[in-house]
This record gives sequence, structure tokens and C-alpha cells, in this order.
Amino acid sequence: MATDLQSAAITGLDKLELGPGGPAADPGRLARRAWAAFWPKVLAIALVLAIWQLVVLSGWKHYVIKGPGPVFADLWGQMQHLQLWQIIEVTMRTAALGYALALVIGSVAGVLVARIPPLRAAVGSIITGLQTMPSIAWVPFAIIIFGENESAILFVVILGAAPSIANGLITGVDYTPPLLLRAGKTMGLRGFALYRYLILPASLPAYVAGMKQGWAFAWRSLMAGELVVQIIGQFSIGQQLSVDQQNLDFAGASAVIIVILVIGIVVDTVFTKADLTIRRRRGLLDTAF
Amino acid sequence: MSILNGRLTPQDRSPGAAAFPNLTVVPDQAGVPGQAGVPGQAGASDSVAQQDRAAVRLTKVSKVYGHGRGALLALDEVSLSVAPGEFVCLIGASGCGKSTLLSLVAGLDSPTSGQIDTSGQRVTLMFQEPALFPWLTAARNVELALRAPGVSKAARRARALELLEVVHLGGFGGKRPHELSGGMRQRVAMARALAQDADVLLMDEPFGALDAMTRDLLHDELERICAERTLSVLFVTHNVREAARLGDRVIVLSSRPGRVIEEYAVPRNEPRRIDSFDVAELASTITDRLRLEMSRHGD
Repeated sequence: MATDLQSAAITGLDKLELGPGGPAADPGRLARRAWAAFWPKVLAIALVLAIWQLVVLSGWKHYVIKGPGPVFADLWGQMQHLQLWQIIEVTMRTAALGYALALVIGSVAGVLVARIPPLRAAVGSIITGLQTMPSIAWVPFAIIIFGENESAILFVVILGAAPSIANGLITGVDYTPPLLLRAGKTMGLRGFALYRYLILPASLPAYVAGMKQGWAFAWRSLMAGELVVQIIGQFSIGQQLSVDQQNLDFAGASAVIIVILVIGIVVDTVFTKADLTIRRRRGLLDTAF
Repeated sequence: MSILNGRLTPQDRSPGAAAFPNLTVVPDQAGVPGQAGVPGQAGASDSVAQQDRAAVRLTKVSKVYGHGRGALLALDEVSLSVAPGEFVCLIGASGCGKSTLLSLVAGLDSPTSGQIDTSGQRVTLMFQEPALFPWLTAARNVELALRAPGVSKAARRARALELLEVVHLGGFGGKRPHELSGGMRQRVAMARALAQDADVLLMDEPFGALDAMTRDLLHDELERICAERTLSVLFVTHNVREAARLGDRVIVLSSRPGRVIEEYAVPRNEPRRIDSFDVAELASTITDRLRLEMSRHGD
């Protein structure tokens, strides 16, 4: 009987400690949260457009600068044509391939550097150094090696993104809580299993942060590469921008810049979403949010 | 009333032992009826039975950190043993090397000199923090410890849920650690330790971070779980009452360096509670001894 009372007490205490449970399902809650996330962005866009319009109204460099109206009309016009979608496809294909290669190279380099101390001493600071290197500086170098083709662009993209990815992974491995390592070792996790079941999962938040930063660098490097490297028969976003520059086409260039910005933000949102999901799962997020 | 001559063996502790509610297991005082129930000191030499079959035996174990002048002697020729099924509490002020000792027994570190013999038994360690993997659910945390070769995923899953049931967390297998309270997490950690199917359970202040009410309940839980299986426990704590409440034997360590200075056998008066008279009395004896030891460092 004593044990019955004991288990009842434990179950009761558990219930008390977990509290009354989350707030009841509220159908309006999701809509309200969506709105709360939405309106600051709308406000920001409205502010940018207003300032832009003010610059146009001030008449500064009125012979080239056009207002949001004509630019968006130009963008809308371009969206009706296949060509815009084709150049987006070309660029996105390069981006995906380059980023995938950077992911593989960065991850392998990250694991090796994190695992082998002499390699860390030798290469660790070089990786950080590479991160600070402006990607445009690699373009002439890449053209010398590969010529003006896709390989040159991929090279620049990989050099831009891989260091961030490697660094993210190294940071994650370094910041694996020592207590968890001790727990893992007492549980008999050794060698590969230790990495597979403990160190890599523990590194995931930092790894994803590195991947997110890597994407930003990759996208930047890609645009730099495409602006300079002219591949015949493969018209890309960067080349479009470069053509608009030669034609002094303000509206066209602005439209392309908006496209670049939107793609960059959309992909970044995916990473942010992944990051938030991971943190929520691990209880690293304030649940009041 | 029946007084057994000699040490309580694990077999005695299982249900049969309940037939002797006032069982006293102090070897020095066995056979002295008037002294039953009074905490006494076990002699420096262990009983013969214990010499033969100890679950854990430390022989003159020393541990030095660092080299040369900066070297720090953490443990100084510590000898102690835990009989199969015995619950031994280690207590001492800060700097007595309690956690070092557990790390050595767990094999996470090796002693500078001396021998540690766990006679090939499986040893597991529980910490003050639950040290659960935050990316896994409670059930998966337990499952990970079951990762033995040849066991199917379904069997592991079933066994994990079974173990969670043992610690009264049957319905919480799908929860992640951060969704549980501190006491619940520590119980998941206990289920994980049990999953390793260890013979020796080392506990490093496992309830130190919990509130008193939860701690009392977990004492009962731990006692029940240990009674259900032949677990040998080496339990480190700062809490004298906790040691007196849980231990079959309480070993007091000195500080800087850690040495065994005193050993108390605990009379097993069932049911024991943190507020029982016996526990309180033994606790105050131990506290006095500890204070004496601490005062040595005050000069």
C-alpha cells in the first residue's frame, strides 16, 4: 500500500510540476501570430519605397533614376517573358550545385579539422582567413585556372561557402557539452558511434548556423562570379545585370536587383526556419514565443 | 527480534529480509542486543565475506593531478569495497575527491597508483545533471543506451518504454527532456542507467539539484529499484541525511587529499525515512565527524 501511495505521489507531483498544460487551442492565435510577423516587413518595404520615391521627387540624377512605379512595371513586364525565368533557372542551378559541393567539402573539412589536432593547428586559422576574403578577389584567379566557364563560378562559390560550413561544424563539435560526452562514454559510445549518436547531433545547431551563413556567402560569390565571368550560351542573372549596366537601363537593373534580393531572402528563410525548428525541439527557444 | 551475525547479503535484502524489521548489520556490534539500532563504526578491516566477493574494490588508490610542484593529490591511498547488492554512500566536504573517485571507478580516468577492481562487471554513472541528449525524446534517450548488437529496434523500443514505466514515466516517452521537470529528467536518466543493464551504479550527487520534496520521493524510488534488482551502488553526496537515509554503509572522506577517515554501518530499520529518528541520529553523528574534519582546514 505504501508503494501505491508513493507512485501516486510521484505521478501527482509530475502533473503539478508540468503545470496546467499549454493554452487551449485558439483558432485566432495562428492568424494573429502570422499578422504580427507580417506587418513589420510590410512597413519596412513601404519605408524603402517611400524613401526611393522621395529621392525621385527631389530630382536628383533625374535623367537616370526612375521611381518604384516604372521599375515594378519593368519587373512585371519581364515576368511575362520566359527569359527572366530562364536566367533564374541557370543561376539557381549553379547555386544549387555550388552549394551542394561546398556542403560536402566544408563538412568533410570540418570533421577532419575538428578530429585531428595537428590539422586544426595548421588549417584552423586558414579557414577563418578564407572567410574574411572578399569573394570577388577570387574571380580573376578562377578565370586564370579554369577559363571563363561554369567551373570558374563554381570555384568561387565553393571558396565562399565552404569555410563557413566547415567553421560551423567545428564550432559545434567544440561546443559539445563535456557532461554529455562523459554520459556518452559511460554509455559505451566510442569512435564512430560517439560521432554518429552524440557529437554530430549535438553540433547540429552550430552546423545549421554555418550552413545559413554559407548560403549568404555562396549567393554573394555567385553574383560576383556571374557579373564577371561571361559564359557564352548560358545567360544568367549576373549577366543580365551586366547587360543592363551597359545599356544604362536603370529600371531593368533595379528589377534584377529585386529578383536577387528576393531569392536570397527566400532561401535564407528556409534556413532560419530549420534553425528555429531545431532550437524549439531542444528547448533552446523561449516557449512564450 | 533477530540479529544476524555478520553483514547483510543482498539475498537478505530482498523480500525475505522484511521478516526481520529490526535487522542490524553492524559487524562490530552484532550479538550485542542492547546496542541494536545504534549506529556504530565498522572496523578498518572488512569482513571475510566481503573480501571474497566485492562488486567494487579499491585498493590503495591514489590520484595526482598535474606534475612537479603544482601537482595536486586528489585521492590518497583510498581503499574501500562495495559488496554485491550493497548501497554505499560516500560523503565528504569539498575537495575530498568524491567525483574523481567515481570517474576512476567508471573508467573515465585512470588512477595514478593503486588498483580498482570491478571484477568485469558493467558499471554505469549518473550525474547531478540528468545529462540527457536534448535532441532525443525520453524514450529514445533510454533506447540509445540499449544499442547492443543483435537487438531489434522494436525490442529496444519496448524495453525502453518498460524502463520508463519502472520510473513512473510510462506516458512520457514521447516528450523531450526540456518538456519534463527536473525530477522527471533525473528519472529518465535513471531509466537510461538501468538500460545499460549495469551491475554497479555510480551516482554523483544525483539528487543534489532537486527540491527536497522531489528528492524524498526519489529516495523511495531508488530504494525500490535497487531492491528489485541486485544493484551495487556507490552514491556520492554532500547531504548527510541523504547518506544516512539511503546507505547500508556511509564512508566519510577527508578533504585535500581525500582519504577514508570513518565508516558507519547503518542499521536497516524498515521502513526508513528521511525524518526517522535513526536517520537523524546517525546524520548528526556523521555531521559532527565532518565538522571536526573541516575544522582541521580552518587553521
